[in-house]
Amino acid sequence: MSSHNAPSAANLASAEHIRNNPKFKELVAKRNAFAWTLSAIMLIIYFGFILIIAFNKAWLGSLLSAAGVTTIGFPIGVGVILSAIALTGVYVYRANGEFDEMNRQIIEESR
Amino acid sequence: MKTTKTAIASALAFGGTALLATAALAAGADMGGAQKQATNWHAIVMFVIFVGATLGITYWAAKRTKTAADFYAAGGGITGFQNGLAIAGDYMSAASFLGISALVYGSGYDGLIFSVGWLVGWPIILFLIAERLRNLGKYTFADVCGYRLSRTPIRTFAATGSLIVVIFYLIGQMVGAGQLIKLLFGMDYIYAVMIVGALMMVYVTFGGMVATTWVQIIKACLLLGGATFIAFGVMANFGFSFEAMFVKAIEVHPKKVAIMAPGALVTNPVDAISLGMALMFGTAGLPHILMRFFTVPDAREARKSVFYATGFIGYFYILTFIIGFGAITMVATNPEYLTKGLGSLDLKGGNNMAAVWLAHAIGGNLFLGFISAVAFATILAVVSGLTLAGASAISHDLYASVIMHGQATEGKEVTVSKIASIGLGIVAVLLGLIFEKQNVAFIVALTFSVAASANFPVLVLSMFWGGLTTRGAVLGGIIGLLMSVIMVVLSKAVWVQSFGFKEALFPFAYPALFSVPAAFFFSWLFSIMDNSPQAQAERAAYEAQSIRSETGLGAEGAASH
Repeated sequence: MSSHNAPSAANLASAEHIRNNPKFKELVAKRNAFAWTLSAIMLIIYFGFILIIAFNKAWLGSLLSAAGVTTIGFPIGVGVILSAIALTGVYVYRANGEFDEMNRQIIEESR
Repeated sequence: MKTTKTAIASALAFGGTALLATAALAAGADMGGAQKQATNWHAIVMFVIFVGATLGITYWAAKRTKTAADFYAAGGGITGFQNGLAIAGDYMSAASFLGISALVYGSGYDGLIFSVGWLVGWPIILFLIAERLRNLGKYTFADVCGYRLSRTPIRTFAATGSLIVVIFYLIGQMVGAGQLIKLLFGMDYIYAVMIVGALMMVYVTFGGMVATTWVQIIKACLLLGGATFIAFGVMANFGFSFEAMFVKAIEVHPKKVAIMAPGALVTNPVDAISLGMALMFGTAGLPHILMRFFTVPDAREARKSVFYATGFIGYFYILTFIIGFGAITMVATNPEYLTKGLGSLDLKGGNNMAAVWLAHAIGGNLFLGFISAVAFATILAVVSGLTLAGASAISHDLYASVIMHGQATEGKEVTVSKIASIGLGIVAVLLGLIFEKQNVAFIVALTFSVAASANFPVLVLSMFWGGLTTRGAVLGGIIGLLMSVIMVVLSKAVWVQSFGFKEALFPFAYPALFSVPAAFFFSWLFSIMDNSPQAQAERAAYEAQSIRSETGLGAEGAASH
């Protein structure tokens, strides 16, 4: 239990190495920028949807085509759900591919 | 607008957190509480099969649960896909199944707004929390907050936040379970609550996280399978045309074309945004959800779990929406299910029965029994996850770290956790009995608001801001906690409806819009004002934390060779 917060000597040496590795700064900057951008997109989509509901219900109730009964609100609502799934997919694809590869190199170089 | 209001109240109660009782009470006029139904033998037989299977798994899991890591985190051996299913099983409650489909049945489009709200927290968890949480923590999210901050105060705070969320969530689940089982199985409320309490104690105490995970996975598969079958039946009935289904629904529904657009759900922008914040950030502050990320071997699998979970949960919400419309077209058109005959929507047993009666309309008594058993299984999976999270806060955070200063043996810690599980089980049953006839509508607002205002800000700041100090985190977190609790108490749901005062002192239903920024602000303020030597050491420790947080170097159970 107490080992939890006390990194081993080997880890400390690696940490020192990582801190000075420009690739580490690059990874953190790239991944954080990507994560915050996607978060912002999700927030804009969701709160945008909520604000449309709060201020312009009628627009969501307008018909997709004059011949049918389906309203614009349905593809938009389902679209918000699908966008959440798609955004997580995009992040995992890049993080588990490109970013994890950078991460592997950084750890490799620190040994 | 009364019916819309009550439908909203029930959906609020339902989504994510089972509060069938609330819905029953809120919809009081036409439901008259959850009426006890005739004993449902199909459902009981299928439920007994489920319980038998899960007890078998618990026996198997108990033999594999030897260390603390096994007990709290299933030894870190769960794959991303399995964990994604288990997260979905932890998060999709019986109530969100029955409640959201009932809301769609009653109001149409408004149900979709709720589904969306319950989902959008997941991408945020992935982008900002999941991998750092996995890299820094071991068994509880307090591990992450306490990584470089002072052990005793931060763990005490985080465990308190966890226990408040867990206990209130459990009240909602237990009351919901009792009402649901009374409704579906024709069993007395008191026995229903005791069976749920006893089973969850057995799963958690003997099988720990391994058993809990598999109960959640099985439940997720059953629920997704059952809901898919119902939705497929509905769509087949309309030649797989949404347009045809909508035409029929508009013809049948008393609100006619109004069901195709947002109704009374969102009228006040402040409440809308505040609710959105509570749902989004509250999801990211639920201890039983956060705990699931320690069951996978590394950050890579943690990310995958969120992707799968988001996919399953999103798919499930789309199904509940089809189920709600299906119920309008296939249940509200059959007098067999209605109390007031054709032309009204009032269902036998209350409107939360919409999905259950639809299952009957599609698959007869046998399928009705199956769906009832799935609903019961669903509750068990959710309460087991909650109990384990609460027990971990007591044993890992309070006992091992605060009381024993990190000197407790692993065996002792697990024993304390098992005792705590039994204690929480007993408390949950008692609270379920005490709150049986209470209006618990405020509990969802409270649970998600506390999670969003206390747990979430401290967790996020501890991971992203090196300037955070113990004093800032604890004071900011306490302010968020107190503001959210006090504002809910002063809001209409408690101040007027429970205490009987004339006017609410806090005009909005959800405090998150105010309490979340306040928690962030005061954490920041008290941190920058803190120049103690301890605070300086804590700031200096951030760099080492961020290396581990970003690379996973030295992470618990990570495969570093």
